[in-house]
Amino acid sequence: MTRLDDGLYAALLRRGVSRRSFIRFSAAMAAALALPASYAPRIARAVATAPRLPVVWLRGQDCAGNTTAFLHASEPTVSELVLDLLSVDYHETLMAPAGDAATLSLAGTMEQHPDGYLAIVEGAIPLAAGGVYCTVGGRAFSEVVREVCSGAIATIAVGSCAFDGGSPAARGGPTGAVGVAQLVPDAQLVNLPGCPMNVENLTATIVHYLTFEEFPLTDARRRPFFAYGGLIHNQCERRAHFEFGEFVLSWGDEAAQKGWCLYKVGCKGPEAFANCPTERYAAGTSWPVKAGHGCVGCTMPGFWDAMSPFYRRLPAPVPLVPTVTVDNVGQALVGGVAVVTVAHGAASYVRSRRVRAAERREALSAEAAVAAGDEAEAAFPAGEPSSPGSDDAPTVEAG
Amino acid sequence: MARLAIDPVTRVGGHLRIEVEVADGSVRDAWSSGTAFRGMELILPGRDPRDAWLFAERICGASTTVHALASVRAVENALGTRIPRNARLLRNLVAGAQYLTDHVVHFYHLHALDWVDVVDALRADPAGASKLARSMSDWPLSSPAYFGEVRDRIARFVETGRTGPFANGYWGHPAYRLPPELNLVIVAHYLEALTWQRTFSRFLVLVGGKNPHPQAFVVGGMAAAPPWGGPAQNRAGEHPPVDQKAPVALSEEGLADMAALLAEARTFVDQVYVPDAMAIAGSYRDWAAIGGGIGNYLSYGEFPEDDADGSTLLLPRGRVMGRGMSLVEPVDQGGVAETVAHSHYAYEGDDGVLRHPLNGRTEPAYGGPELPFTTLEGSDKYSWLKAPRYQEAPMEVGPLARMLVAYAEGRADVGVVLERAMAALGLGPEGLFSTLGRVIARALEAEVVAGQLERWLTDLRATIAGGDLALVDLSRWDPAGWPREASGWSLGEAPGGALGHWVRIRDQVIETYQVVDPNTWNGSPRDASGRRGAWEEALVGTPLADPARPLEILRTVHSFDPCTACAAHAFGPGAGGTVGIGSAERAAR
Repeated sequence: MTRLDDGLYAALLRRGVSRRSFIRFSAAMAAALALPASYAPRIARAVATAPRLPVVWLRGQDCAGNTTAFLHASEPTVSELVLDLLSVDYHETLMAPAGDAATLSLAGTMEQHPDGYLAIVEGAIPLAAGGVYCTVGGRAFSEVVREVCSGAIATIAVGSCAFDGGSPAARGGPTGAVGVAQLVPDAQLVNLPGCPMNVENLTATIVHYLTFEEFPLTDARRRPFFAYGGLIHNQCERRAHFEFGEFVLSWGDEAAQKGWCLYKVGCKGPEAFANCPTERYAAGTSWPVKAGHGCVGCTMPGFWDAMSPFYRRLPAPVPLVPTVTVDNVGQALVGGVAVVTVAHGAASYVRSRRVRAAERREALSAEAAVAAGDEAEAAFPAGEPSSPGSDDAPTVEAG
Repeated sequence: MARLAIDPVTRVGGHLRIEVEVADGSVRDAWSSGTAFRGMELILPGRDPRDAWLFAERICGASTTVHALASVRAVENALGTRIPRNARLLRNLVAGAQYLTDHVVHFYHLHALDWVDVVDALRADPAGASKLARSMSDWPLSSPAYFGEVRDRIARFVETGRTGPFANGYWGHPAYRLPPELNLVIVAHYLEALTWQRTFSRFLVLVGGKNPHPQAFVVGGMAAAPPWGGPAQNRAGEHPPVDQKAPVALSEEGLADMAALLAEARTFVDQVYVPDAMAIAGSYRDWAAIGGGIGNYLSYGEFPEDDADGSTLLLPRGRVMGRGMSLVEPVDQGGVAETVAHSHYAYEGDDGVLRHPLNGRTEPAYGGPELPFTTLEGSDKYSWLKAPRYQEAPMEVGPLARMLVAYAEGRADVGVVLERAMAALGLGPEGLFSTLGRVIARALEAEVVAGQLERWLTDLRATIAGGDLALVDLSRWDPAGWPREASGWSLGEAPGGALGHWVRIRDQVIETYQVVDPNTWNGSPRDASGRRGAWEEALVGTPLADPARPLEILRTVHSFDPCTACAAHAFGPGAGGTVGIGSAERAAR
C-alpha cells in the first residue's frame, strides 16, 4: 500500500479518521468497483481532498427503506467521512427545518451550486390524476423531480421504486407510478435498484465519481456493472449444492439446516443480477440466501410481478439450448452463466481501459459494453414465469 | 385568525402536511394531511397469501419488519397455523430489536432537534458538559476532552457555512431552553446514536440477511434454520458450513453475536437514551401540560409469552378512555372501523359511515385542491389517511398508550419505572397525558423491552440446545389443504402503536387485504361527526412564539413518531361477504 503523504494524512485526521481504517476503506472501495488494488491510493487521495459534494435527496412514493439503508452504511468511521464528504442539504427525513424553511434549503442549494449538485431520488413518481398521489409543499412530486434533476450533475435513483416504479407500479397499483428514467429520460442517471439498494453500492458509486470525475460504466438500464453485472446464482456460496443436486425441499428441513440450495423453494438467484453474495449487508455480515430465505430478485425490473409467486420454483431455464431438461439444468445454467461472465468480462475490460487511458476514454466503445449488458440480460429474461414450477421434478443429478 | 401550513413536515416517514389556525400566540385548530398514497391494498388481491408479508413489509422501511410480522400473523390466523416456540421467541427478538432501533433513532435523529439547539452547543464549556454527563449516567464517553472534540468538530462544520441538514434550522428560537452544556451532551449522543444504530442493524441482518426489509419470515414460522445437528454439537466434519466467512444466526457464534449486540443495546438505552430523555423532560416540564389531545388510549398488546394461543402478552391489550386510569376496557378487533368522510376515498353511498376492515371497500378519489395549492381551506377531503375509530371514538396509540394501559392494568415492571420517572421530575401521573409524556413513555418502554430481549434470546438458546430445532410449522403450507374461503387478522403493536392486518382468502389467493396502521390512528383526519384525529387534537392549544418558525408544532407532532408512509393505504375492492366466524373465534390474538 502506498504511503499516504503528510498533507493527506493530516486532512484525514482532521476528519476524525484513522489512517488504517481509511486505507482499509479505500481498498474495499477498489474491490467493490472491481478495480485493481493499485487504485486504492488514488481513491484515498480523491476522497480525502474532494470538496463536499452538495446532495439533494428526494423521497416520493417511498417507505424510507433506502434512507434507512443509507443510515446503515458500514465501516462507521469512514462512512462518517463519506457523510462529511457530502453536504446533505435537503433530505426530508434528516433535516432540521420544516415547511417553508425546508423549501428554502432546497431553493438555496439549487441557486448556490450552479455547477451542480448530486440528486438522489428514493421512491416512485406517480403520474396518474395529475400527480395528486404524491405532493410536497402543494406541488406534484413529479414537478419537484423534474426541477431538481434539471440542475443536477447527475441523479442516482436508489431502490427499485425510483428505478422502475417498484411496488406502487406492481399489478393493481392505481397511481401510475414510474421510475426516474421514465419521467426524465434525458437525465444523467445511475440506477441502483434493490429493495432497498445495498448502500455499499451507493458509496462506491459516489467514490467512483470523486475519484474519476465520472460515474461507473452502466448497462442498458443504467445500472453500474460493478454491482449488477454478475448473476447472484453464479456468486452464491450455496452454488455447489445446486450442482450436486442438494436442495432444500421445505422450510426447516435437514437440507435447510445443512445450508443446501434454495432453488426448489423459490430462490430467484438464477435470474437476478446483483452483488449481494459478495458485497453482502452490514459489513459482510449476511445476505438473504445465507440467512436461509431464497432471493426474491428485488434488483430486477418489475420484480414484484415478474418474480412472484416468490415461493414457486423457477421454471427450468431453457431458452438457450432446446435439449435442456431438468436433468441437466445445472449444466445449462453454467452455460448461461458463461455467457454472462463473458459479457461481464468485456465490461470490466472496457472499464479498466477507460481508467488506464483517460485520454482515449471517448474512443473506447461504451456501446459495446452496453450491448454486452443487453446480452447478459437476454440470457435470463426476467419475464413472467410462464409455467408453474413442477415441484415433482426429479432431483438434478450430480455431474 | 391566521392560517399556517407546514409542508413538508420533516423528520417523519412519508409525506405530511399540517395546517393550523393561530390566534393570540397559540394553535386554535389543526388539520393533518397525508399527501402521498401508494395503494398497497389494491396490489395484494389476487396474489399468493404466503407472499403477502414481502409486499406488506414495504409499507414501512423505517419500522421495517413490523408489517411483515403483522402479515404472516394474519395469514396464519386465517389458515389456523400455530407457530413453534422457537419462532415465537425469534419473532419477539426481531420485533423487540426494532422497538429499540426505532425509539433511539426517533429520539435522537427525528425528535431531539425540536428540544436541542445545535448551534448553542458551541457555547458549552466541555468541562461543564463532562461534569453534567457524569451526573446523568456511567456512560464512559464523558471526558472534558471528548466533549471538547465534539464541540470543535461542530464548530469546524458550522464555519464552513454549509451545514447540510442543519441549515435553516430554528436555532436561537426562544422556545429552546437547554443549557449549552446539555445541548452539547445530547449533540454528542446524536452522533453516537448514529453509530450505534448502524452497529445494531447487524442484528436483523443476522436473522434475515439484510436491513431494512430482512427476508426473515415465512408463513408458519421463520426462514432461518439452526446448523445441522444444532448449534452446540460440532458436526462440522460431516457437514462443513458452506460459508466460512461469517456465522449464521442460529449457530453458536451467531447466537453469541446476537447476545453481544443486545447487551450493547441495553447499555446504550440505560446509560444514554433514558438519561437524555429524562434530562430534556426536566428542562421542559411545562410540556407535561401541553399536547395531551384526545385522552383515549388504545393498545392491542405485543410480545406473546405463551405457546398455546399467544394470549399472554408482555405489553397488555386494552383501552384507557377519557384518561380514566382506574379502568382498562377490553379490545376486540370487531370494534375497529374506518370512515373516509374527509379522506381522498369514496365509499359506495355514504363516505361518512364506519366500515369494519373485513367489509372495507375503497377507491381513491382525490377531493383536495387543484395542484399546485397553498391551502387546504375549503376542501372537505384533505388527507390520504383514513379515519379509524374504536366503537366510534378517536384513539391515540403508541408507546404512551401501551405504557398507560400496562400501568392501569397494574403491571408492576411498568409501574415501577413510570412512577420513578415522574417522581424524579416532580410531576404527577397526570403529566403523562402530554407531549412530554410521549417522550418519557417511549424511553421507558425501551428500557422495559431491552431487559426482555436478553431473556428471549436465553430462552431461544436453551430450547435449541435442548434439541428442539423447529422454527416453522408447515402443516398448512400447501394451498391444496386450505379451505375455499378463510379470513383472519392480527392485532399487534408496531413501535409506533397499534397495528392490525385483515386478510380474506378465497380459492388460494388473497381476496381482500386491509391494514390499519398506528399512524392512521394518530394522523387521522376528522370523521363524519367532525371529531379530530390524535395529532390534530393534540395541537389545539399548543403555544406558538413565532408562527414563521413553528418549532412548538413540530414538538407535539414529532412526539407521536409520525410515519405517513405507513398510514396511507387503500382497502381492496373486494365485495363484502360473510365474516369467517370460525376464524374470529380462533383469533385469540
